[in-house]
Amino acid sequence: MLRVEELTVEVDGKPVLRDINLEVPKGEVHVLFGPNGSGKSSLIMSILGFPAYRVVSGRILFKGQDITSLPINERVKLGLGVAFQNPPTIRGVKLREVLERLVSQGGRYSSLRELAETLNFPLDFMERDLNLGFSGGEMKKSEVIQILAQNPDFVILDEPDSGVDVENLQLIGKVIKKMIEGKSALLITHLGYILHYVDADEAHVILDGTIVCSGRPLKILTQILNEGYAWCRKCPKVRRERCER
Amino acid sequence: MVQEMPESKKRAMRAISKPAAYGPDLDINGYSRSGEEGYRCPLTELPEDVVERSLEVGVTPREEERSATYFQIDHSVVFSAVREMFKGKVEVLSTAEALQKYDWFKDYWWRIVPVDADKYTALAELKWDQGYFIRILEGEKVTLPLQACLFISTDNLNQNVHNVIIAEPDSEIQMITGCTVHRNVNRGLHVGVSEFYIKEGAKLTFTMIHDWSPRFDTRPRTGALIEEDGTFICNYICLKPVKSLQTYPVAYCKGANSRARFNSIIYGSSDSYIDVGAKIVLQNEGSRGEIISRAVGKGESTIYARGMLVGERENTKAHLECRGLLLSDKASIYAAPELLAKTNGTELSHEAAIGKISEEEVCYLMARGFSREEAEALIIRGFMDVDILGLPEELKKRIEKMIETTTERAL
Repeated sequence: MLRVEELTVEVDGKPVLRDINLEVPKGEVHVLFGPNGSGKSSLIMSILGFPAYRVVSGRILFKGQDITSLPINERVKLGLGVAFQNPPTIRGVKLREVLERLVSQGGRYSSLRELAETLNFPLDFMERDLNLGFSGGEMKKSEVIQILAQNPDFVILDEPDSGVDVENLQLIGKVIKKMIEGKSALLITHLGYILHYVDADEAHVILDGTIVCSGRPLKILTQILNEGYAWCRKCPKVRRERCER
Repeated sequence: MVQEMPESKKRAMRAISKPAAYGPDLDINGYSRSGEEGYRCPLTELPEDVVERSLEVGVTPREEERSATYFQIDHSVVFSAVREMFKGKVEVLSTAEALQKYDWFKDYWWRIVPVDADKYTALAELKWDQGYFIRILEGEKVTLPLQACLFISTDNLNQNVHNVIIAEPDSEIQMITGCTVHRNVNRGLHVGVSEFYIKEGAKLTFTMIHDWSPRFDTRPRTGALIEEDGTFICNYICLKPVKSLQTYPVAYCKGANSRARFNSIIYGSSDSYIDVGAKIVLQNEGSRGEIISRAVGKGESTIYARGMLVGERENTKAHLECRGLLLSDKASIYAAPELLAKTNGTELSHEAAIGKISEEEVCYLMARGFSREEAEALIIRGFMDVDILGLPEELKKRIEKMIETTTERAL
C-alpha cells in the first residue's frame, strides 16, 4: 500500500530524515515511536508532500505509484488521509466548508449532523473558524471527523491521543478503531494510549531521523515505557546498524 | 436688500484650496459639473445597465426587499420612496427637500463634519448636488433594510452629495448605501458628506459598498454623534479598483453608554490608492468603541489602514484590530493604529498584523483535497470575514457573494 524507499529529506537545508525504509502492506496498521524531534512528524509531512520537506533522495510509492513529486492534494485524492497533531488556525474558514468538500469527494457520511454525532461534537462547531479557540480534545475530534468524512484507504494519525482527557480518549479510540477497520494505517503515538483501542501489526522506532528498529508493537512500547528511548540507543542491534554506516 | 452670505458658505470659500490631511491632493476643477438630466421614475423602470451596476453594490430594484429606497443619478434624484407598510416609521427625502420642509433641519447641517475640514467638504457646500435625508421615527424598529444608491452615469463628472441621517430615540434600522458608476464612466470625483445622529437608545447599522472605476477618485467625509445608550455600526466595503480613495470617518460617543463600531473590508488591486481610517472619541462614561479592519493588497495597490481611539472620560473602553494580507510584492499595506488616552479611567488597546498567505494553512487545506489555488482563495475569502459586519442574512449573503467573486478573480 505505502512504501518508502531510502528516503532522505531536508528542511531549509538541514537533514531531518535519512535513508528511511518503511512498508505498510494493505490492511495492516503500523505504529511509529520516537522521542520529540526524532522525525516522526517530518516523515508524515514528507509522505504527504509538504513543499518545505525537500526530498533529497529516495522515493515514496503509494498503491504502486511513485508519488514523490505529486502535490499534496493529488496524493490525498489517491486515498491518503491525515489527522494532524497541531493543525493551524484558519480564520474565516469554517469546519463545515472543509467537511462538505471532503464528503463531496467521495466521503461516506450523508450529513454533517451524523458526523458530529459520531464523536459527540457540538454541531455549532461546524460554523466556527477552523481550530480557532478549539481545546486540545476538540482539535483532535475535528481532525478525526475530517478523516471520517474523507474516508481514505490509508489513514495517518499523528498523535491522536495527546492532550485528550480520558473520556474523550475512549470516544476517539473507539471511533478510530472503527474508522480503520479493513484499511491500512500509520499511527504516531507517544505513550501508546491509542493502542488500547487499536490492534497494530508492527511498530517502528525512529531516532535522529532514521528508523532504527521494527518489531512487535506492545513489546517495543513496554520497553520504551519502562526504560525510555535510552534503551533503543543502547540496543545492540541499533548500535551495530549505526556502526555499519 | 442684498441677503448676506451664510456663514457656512464663507467658511467653505476660505477652505476651497485646503488639501486634505491624507491622500493625494486632487485638482477639483478638473471635472465636469454637468451631469445627465435625470427624471423621476419607478425603480423597476430604471435602465438595465444602471440596475446591473447598482445590484453589484447591494441595491436591488425589488422594492419588496427594502423598507425604503433613495436613488440618485449624477445630480438628480430619480427615485425616493418609503414602502406603504413602513410609512410613518421612516422618512426619506432628498436633503434639498428636507431643507425646505423642516426649519429645524439646519441644526443638523454641517454640525458634525466641519464644512471647512478640507477642499472636499468645501466643495460639497459650494457645489452641492443633493444627497439623502433619512429619519427613523422615535421608537420604530424598521425590520427591512433601507437602501440608497448614489450613481454616476457621466464620464468625468464631479458629484457632491450631502447626506443627513437621524435615528430618533429608541429607533432601529439597517441601512445600505451603494456608490457606483456606469460601465462607461472612466474618471470622475465623488464627494460624499454624511452626518449621522444616533439619539438615545437608537441603533443604526450602516453598510456602505463602493464599486468605482480604475481612474475614479472619491472622498467620503463622515461623522456620527451618538447619544446615551445609542449604537452606531458603520461597515465599509470596497473590493474593486479605484484611482484614489481617502476617508477617515469619526464617531463621537457623546452620551453615557454609547457605542460605536467601524468595520472595513478592503481589497486593493491594480494601482489603487486606498486610505481608509476610522476614529472613535469616547466622551462619556460607559462608552465603548471598536474598529476592525481587514485589508488585502494585490497588484500594485497601496493601502493605508488607519485607526484612532480617543478616551476622554473614565470608565470607557475601546479596541482596534487591524489585519492586512499582502498578495503581491508590488503592493503595500501601511497600518497606523493610534491611541490617545486623556484620563486614567479609559482602557484603549490595539493589535495590528500584516502578513502573506500562510504556507502552513495552504498545505493543510491541500491535505483536505483543495488545490493550491482553491486553498488560497478560501484563505483570502476567510480573511475578509463578513461575520465581523453583523448583518442580516440577506445582506450578508450578498456581500459574501461579492467577496467570492473577487477572490475567484484574484487567482
